[in-house]
Amino acid sequence: MADMNMIKSLNSALSISLKQDPNVVIFGEDVGYFGGVFRVTEGLQKEYGAHRVFDSPLAEGGIAAIAMGMGLNGLRPVAEIQFADYIFPAYDQIVNEIAKLRHRSGGEFSAPLTIRTPAGGGIKGGHHHSQSPEAQFTHTPGLKVVYCSTPYNAKGLLLASIECNDPIIFFEPKRCYRGPFYGDPHNVPTWNGHPDADVPEGHYTIPLEQARIVREGSACTVIAYGTMVHVAEQAIKDSGIDCELIDLQTLVPWDRDTVVNSVKKTGRCVIVHEAPKTSGYGAEMSASVQERCFYHLEAPIQRVTGWDTPFPHTTEWDYLPSPQRIADAIKKTQEE
Amino acid sequence: MTERLTATTAPYTIGIPPFRPGEDADFGGAFKEQPGDLWRPDPATCTSDDSAPHARGLLRVLNDKGEAKGEWDPQLDSSELIQGLEYMMRLRIFDDRMIKMQRTGKLSFYMRSFGEEAVAIAQTMALETQDWVFPSYRQPGAQFVRGRDMVSMICHCIGNTEDNVRGRQMPVHYTYKEGRFISISSPVGTQFSQAVGVAMASAYQNKDEVCISWLGDGTSAQGDYHYALNFASTFKPPVILNVVNNQWAISTHANLATGGRTFAERGLAYDIPSFRVDGNDFLALYSITKWARDRASAGMGPTHIEVYTYRAGAHSSSDDPSAYRPNDEAACWPGGDPIQRLKDHLMLIGEWDEEKHEALAKKIDDEVMAAYKEACEFGDLASGPYPPASTIFTEVYETVPWHIQEQREELGK
Repeated sequence: MADMNMIKSLNSALSISLKQDPNVVIFGEDVGYFGGVFRVTEGLQKEYGAHRVFDSPLAEGGIAAIAMGMGLNGLRPVAEIQFADYIFPAYDQIVNEIAKLRHRSGGEFSAPLTIRTPAGGGIKGGHHHSQSPEAQFTHTPGLKVVYCSTPYNAKGLLLASIECNDPIIFFEPKRCYRGPFYGDPHNVPTWNGHPDADVPEGHYTIPLEQARIVREGSACTVIAYGTMVHVAEQAIKDSGIDCELIDLQTLVPWDRDTVVNSVKKTGRCVIVHEAPKTSGYGAEMSASVQERCFYHLEAPIQRVTGWDTPFPHTTEWDYLPSPQRIADAIKKTQEE
Repeated sequence: MTERLTATTAPYTIGIPPFRPGEDADFGGAFKEQPGDLWRPDPATCTSDDSAPHARGLLRVLNDKGEAKGEWDPQLDSSELIQGLEYMMRLRIFDDRMIKMQRTGKLSFYMRSFGEEAVAIAQTMALETQDWVFPSYRQPGAQFVRGRDMVSMICHCIGNTEDNVRGRQMPVHYTYKEGRFISISSPVGTQFSQAVGVAMASAYQNKDEVCISWLGDGTSAQGDYHYALNFASTFKPPVILNVVNNQWAISTHANLATGGRTFAERGLAYDIPSFRVDGNDFLALYSITKWARDRASAGMGPTHIEVYTYRAGAHSSSDDPSAYRPNDEAACWPGGDPIQRLKDHLMLIGEWDEEKHEALAKKIDDEVMAAYKEACEFGDLASGPYPPASTIFTEVYETVPWHIQEQREELGK
């Protein structure tokens, strides 16, 4: 075991993949010599060679297409889209091509690949370095969508993603690369000493489709992923209410049993994400919980999300769900 | 090269096609470019500069009399030529039968390769069997070269129980893994940049497997075309990238699709050797593709080819070209017909005659009809049987996840 932040743990997962499978290649903008703008691929080109870890031209649509071509001819590519906000030139390749190849070819062709991309706000990134476009991919059959939140689950989920034979969109909460974020921009800790920063140096995987119960509780189920797991943890503390906190980890397919069992137990549910509310992933989660747990619910399901507006620059702390807003929603579920 | 025609309608320049319905189509009789005009560089050393005249000219082998001339003559023996003719005739007869089936409601949709039969057939014949074919919807003929059974192709077009893609895709969206013919998809151009990835994977694995791909003049406006050229230029994998300039993207003539000159010339800016080839000249197509394969195999990377041809038929069964171009335009186009030109050549060299031609056409037509009847035994469009509804839910992922399994149970089939 070693103390790792999320950058180090992701780097460790990539390094293990490169070492154990000669068909793994890594490419994207600035990922080679420089090691990525967030340093996730640092040192990998030097260790594994420029033909296995390389800088690509600045064209996300091309990056996705190349990954699919490599995937269907025997390789297991891991492509980086530098910010999730810049994934849209690749949207056609991902939605119409990568997601449908296995189905449209009657299973004759498939292209295992992982697209890693930093997402979410909290770094003063404005409209175009802060978005969480997960719902734009969870709405596309054929993709698995993963959203990590800690150094420990980042490594285990990334290894599971790379080893999976289905195409994966892997979101990394960039706000949490160097430390968990509890909703206070003036007090940002590092991962040092955090139990989830105690990461095995060797290989391990976390099954895709498995949520994690961050905190057990009986009064309300709080469902989150990415950075919002930590903000929700703070909100639960602040509220003084005994909540169960679930980190979904994988959004498609999601962990039905963990969510349903928890809501049936608590009778209350709050869903938290950074992305805008309308047609967000929380809408799917809310509808599914209602369908499966209606007779156990004691209060309306609450959604705490980003606003239905573009993501702001200097006012981002009023955009992102805060511990206060989440705590208020938890309290609302406790009202008679 | 044909001049681009424009109307200077302020404030924009608007391209116009050479002729509209009601006008007399007249391309001036014959191509001015002749076989022998262009030299054949060494594929292992050719630079993009060396190919500049080829990107601006027109590479031909068969002259207007049907003679093979010049150093690009691939010197195929007569059995190979007859094989090429047979594949092209088979594709045309197959297409003609299938469009009739579509017209009588027996297929939902169809697209012919009419007038462009030489493209995929000559080019695939010039490759090795381990090479990857990454087609658009106008290259189904490559499957004949790779040995696909017509019954299987028709089952796909009907979408019946023997459709290897289980009724999921529209007709003509073939998949044929055994022939390394990668699944066709409707979004145009996406295959071009994917083909570069396929070729990079071949190179990475140190396999002598070239990848060939095609897209159209209209599609070359897509970003995917430029991604493909730029990635191919950057990484230099063994890929052959063809722009099939058949001059029409549904109703949009190439004059409206670009302000550039030849499509081939674009490749020069990416430092990729680039050639413009007579797309109805079987021998020229074979020759340039063999050249490009030799180059790729020697580790010299990509070749960019403009295949200059003419879409003699409608875009698809849903299109009526008489609404936007003269009906006789195809007939007076100087490139002629690819089947007629190879047939003329074979007759000129004494290897073919009308009697053999008619007998072969009859034999193929009988085979196509027999294949159609056999395919219908696995279900026809009107009454099925179709693939079971459970196939909606399978092969979305490697294994069926719980939420899709629940939905399948909800359908109850």
